[in-house]
This record gives sequence, structure tokens and C-alpha cells, in this order.
Amino acid sequence: MSAFWCLVRRDLRLAYRRGGDSVNVVIFFLLTVTLFPFGVGPETAILMRIAPGVIWVVALLAAMLSLDRLFRGDFDDGSLDLMILGPLPLEMTVLAKCLAHWLTTGLPLVIASPLLAVLLAMDGEGFTTLIGTMLLGTPVLSLIGAIGAALTVSLRSGGVLISLLVLPLYIPVLIFGVGAVDAAVYGLAARPHILVLGAMLIVALPLCPWASAAALRLSVE
Amino acid sequence: MHRFASPTFFMRYSAAILPWAVRLTAALIAIGLYLALFVAPPDYQQGESVRIMFVHVPSAWMALFVYTGMAVASAMALIWKHPLSDIAARASAPIGACFTFMALVTGSLWGKPMWGTWWVWDARLTSMLVLLFLYLGYMALADAFDDPARGAKAAAILALVGFVNVPIIKFSVDWWNTLHQPASVVKLGGPAIHLSMLAPLLIMVAGFTSFYVAVLIMRMRTEIVVAKLRSLQMARVERRS
Repeated sequence: MSAFWCLVRRDLRLAYRRGGDSVNVVIFFLLTVTLFPFGVGPETAILMRIAPGVIWVVALLAAMLSLDRLFRGDFDDGSLDLMILGPLPLEMTVLAKCLAHWLTTGLPLVIASPLLAVLLAMDGEGFTTLIGTMLLGTPVLSLIGAIGAALTVSLRSGGVLISLLVLPLYIPVLIFGVGAVDAAVYGLAARPHILVLGAMLIVALPLCPWASAAALRLSVE
Repeated sequence: MHRFASPTFFMRYSAAILPWAVRLTAALIAIGLYLALFVAPPDYQQGESVRIMFVHVPSAWMALFVYTGMAVASAMALIWKHPLSDIAARASAPIGACFTFMALVTGSLWGKPMWGTWWVWDARLTSMLVLLFLYLGYMALADAFDDPARGAKAAAILALVGFVNVPIIKFSVDWWNTLHQPASVVKLGGPAIHLSMLAPLLIMVAGFTSFYVAVLIMRMRTEIVVAKLRSLQMARVERRS
């Protein structure tokens, strides 16, 4: 088990020393959301209506942008081969890398989202629900994204292909994430949506590392 | 089953099946179209435009059927490493994508007179659109690798992941749709469909399935020949050097 945490710590340290990556993801998130008032007009009523959807869609894009580097660096310098040969099951390696990816991209997005909710004039009701659904939903984005990243890691033009592979699979997370916040804003029960999101996380936790590990074994062969 | 999986054996029996599959397709679709266009009564609400159904519904069913077949073939390719199942999965994808596209286009053409617009974000249409994207992603991934064998393997994993996701996507799109626009769309359904409409529909479904089998056999035979040609060319280059 300690190898698992070693790997998480290593990835976090790498992300920290390289610097900028997580910050850039958050800046992308903020900047893209800022474009929407210019695009649809600054009326509070419109912004309020589209706020949950905009925040979720942009969070999804931001999480996807950083997917390519999930395995890329380790693949290029050969550490991925060592990880596959090492004693830690590859599935656990993938899980560790997903956790590190979530800590460096998903969590900063969750922390930044209340600020965006204020900018888009979202209700106080939707606030806590937004943070809760993001906490449940963004790990699923990292886990599903890992499959796309693992499948395309050996390709030179992997970056564009990932979006084609991964975005259709993200749709359920988007639907229930936005659904929960919408329900909370209109005073309906957000609980069913949140429960489904939780179920997705529970299903994705064992299945996605499994599929990603199979894809990684194929990529390094 | 392993005996049937050898490409040599496949080339032999597929050559025998192919002409019959083509004839069966032509006969079934001819009968089905005749019944659908001339014999089946117009709908009391939708009039003549209901006849789009006889193309639309079989395409939609085939879109799902081909994806299921692709996932089964991919699982077989990953578990038993049959060379034929890889080829079958890859050869199915463009056919399935075409069926999905046809279901979307006919749905849109049907939607114009019925709903007044070309496109509504109806749950069924939306999940069909997502299915089309899954097909396109599969084809893009399979073609992205220089080595076709590795591309087929990567695509097989993606097909299985997609297959697990199709019901989840379908369910969530249904959920989303009922939340956003309840009952704004005229649903077909109602009482059970009458035999005069059901018979042409089933014949068309059989015709489409047989069409799929015929095209699949053609594509698989081409793939096998191309692979053989490639290995012959490689052998010749090696001998020269």
C-alpha cells in the first residue's frame, strides 16, 4: 500500500515542481466562464439560468485538457515500463495517478467554482449543491479520462483524439451534475441526482482503472 | 467455434454464403418496401408520412444491434485473440455508423412534418446522436495506430467501455429529457401496432439484418485479402534486401 502513496506523492511533487499546470487549468476555467457574459449578455436572469450548466461544461473541458499529460510524461521517459514491471498491480498504479490528477486539477476546480457561482449570480441554494456535486463528479471525470489517456498515450496526435473518445462518456456526469444544481436552485430535491453521481463514482472506481490498465499494457507492448 | 475462427475456413464458407445473403437482402427489402409503401394503410393521425417508420425503426434497431455485435466481437478478440473477431469488429463499425446516421436523418425528416422542426432534443434522438459519436470515436482510434493489430486491440477496449456506457447514457438522457421538456414531444406507442404495419416492419428488419450480414462478409473478406497482400509485399521486400 505504501507504494501507492509513494506514487501519489511523487506525482504531486512532480506537478508542484513543474509548477503552473494546475494554476493554468484554473485560469482556463475562470477565463472561459468569463467569456459567457460577453457571449450571452450580462443580464442577471440569463446568467443565473445558465450558471450551473456553464460551470459544469467548462469544468469538464478543463479536466479534459489536462488528461493528455496523465501518462504522457511517464510514457516518454520510460518510467511507465518500470511501473508495469513493478510489484504494485497496474490497476493500483492507475488509481494512484488518477488520484494525483484529481488532486492537481479536479480539486482546484472545485475550490474555484464558488467564485464563478458568484460571478454568474447563482443562488445561495445552489451553492453547496454545486460544490457537493463537483466533489463527487470531478473524480469520475479523472477516472473515465484515464481510459482515454491510456488508449492514446502511444500516439503522437493523442491530444485531439482523447476529446473524441472521452466527451461522449462524460455526458451522464454532466447531466446529473447540472440536474442536481438546477433542482436545488428551483427548490426541488437534489438528493436523487447526487445519489446517482455517487453511484457513478462507486462504479467508476474499480472499473475505470481496470480498463485503463488493459489499455496501458497494450500501449507499451 | 475455434475451427470457424480460422481465416482460411472463413474465406471458404463466406464465399458460399455471400451470394445467398445478397439475394435474400434484395428479396426481403423489395417485399418489405412494397408492403410498406403500397399495402400498409396510412396512419389516421400522421397520414402518409408514417411510412418513414419502415426505414427509420429498422435503422435504429440495427444501430444498436451492430454496436452490440461489435462489443461481443471485441470481447472475443480480447479473450480468445481470434484474428477473425478483430476483423469483424472493425468491419462492423462503419456499417453501424451508417445505420445510426440513417436513423438520425430519417428521424429528422420525420420530425419536420410531425413536430414542426428538424431537430428536437428528444431523449431517443439525443442518445442516437451520442451513439454516432461513440462509433466515430471507435473508428478514429482504430485508424490512429500505425500497426493495424494494435489499433484493433485499442479499439476493442474502447468498444467494451462504450458498451458498458450505452445503457448509462441512455438512462441519463431519458432522465434529463423528462426534467427539461416533459411531454412536449408526440410519442408514438399508444396501443399495439396493427398487423398490417407490423408485418412490413418485421420484414424490413429482417432485410436490414441480412444486408448487414452481406456487407459485413464483403468487408471482412476484403480485410483478409488486404492483410494477406500486405504480408506478401513485406515478404517480397525482405527477400530483396
